[in-house]
Amino acid sequence: MDRDRTRSEEARRRLRGRNLAVLFALIAFVVIIYVVAIVRMGGA
Amino acid sequence: MSDWTATDSSVGKATAEAATWRDFVELLKPRVMTLVVFTAIAGLMAAPGELHPILAAVAILCIAIGAGAAGAVNMWYDRDIDAVMARTAGRPIVTGRVSPESALEFGVILTAGAVAIMGLAVNWVAAALLALASAFYIFVYTIWLKRRTPQNIVIGGAAGAFPPMIGWAAVTGDVSLASIVLFALIFFWTPPHFWALALYKTGEYEKAGVPMMPVVAGHASTKRQMLAYAVILFPLALLPTVLGAAGWVYFAGAVVLGALFVLCAVRVLREDGEATRWRAARQMFGFSIFYLFALFALIMVDRPVLPGAAG
Repeated sequence: MDRDRTRSEEARRRLRGRNLAVLFALIAFVVIIYVVAIVRMGGA
Repeated sequence: MSDWTATDSSVGKATAEAATWRDFVELLKPRVMTLVVFTAIAGLMAAPGELHPILAAVAILCIAIGAGAAGAVNMWYDRDIDAVMARTAGRPIVTGRVSPESALEFGVILTAGAVAIMGLAVNWVAAALLALASAFYIFVYTIWLKRRTPQNIVIGGAAGAFPPMIGWAAVTGDVSLASIVLFALIFFWTPPHFWALALYKTGEYEKAGVPMMPVVAGHASTKRQMLAYAVILFPLALLPTVLGAAGWVYFAGAVVLGALFVLCAVRVLREDGEATRWRAARQMFGFSIFYLFALFALIMVDRPVLPGAAG
């Protein structure tokens, strides 16, 4: 029973880590597209 | 209790909760990526012309992600032989932390994304070269050659030789003679580098059924070929200065490094590996990594004597 709870907590922790990584990647992607657009519009 | 037993015994079958974000980073072969990024930056810096620093950073990011994504697809395809070799048995798909399907999707999406962003943000020549490098690594090396011919490393090595050429193309928008020389440096460096490793890992490659040169042609033939590549590499490494892509400090460094690389190959040739536990081969493998890093570091720091002469 305890072992099942520990396992479920561990699974939730890993899922949370993956979700945060995806969030970080998406934010980075948006920032890159925005900055590149600004630079390209500036004539680079 | 039975739940745990079932999960632990299902090696290679990933469960949704098994993977962490670090496992996905591991799929990108971060150590290989280091060399890719480094040589790409060297190509970018050696190229005549200018690129906005932001766009240069995006180009390097795209090259790094493109190379890593091809590595993820390679791990997906090679998961059966990875499980057999000690060096690769801890990879995320083999241990079941990431499912093969997830790894393939991850690799394909990142490859497409890296090529598209390179094209839109930098230029389409660099994007086309990035796509070509990924396709070459996945289809020509991983799927076609690796398990069929001892020349796998020779031809497949071309995939790893693309990064400086892509970096160069990011700046100039073309492929020139000097960028082809940068490509050739890595191309001719790859066989002696990998075969030095294969000499003392022959048993593992044999077990996995990968026809590495020492497995198929034997140690003596492999050592002679390693020396031949090292000798070819010596004058080739001097060409960036001749073509105006690097200066004389680079030239002097390339002479010293090239001589040491040839010396390493001679020591390997004369070595009785069984008796020495492949000491010279291990040293050559280590030195080969230093050699390439040092060569491209010199290209980065030693600018051409005649600016604009490259090409």
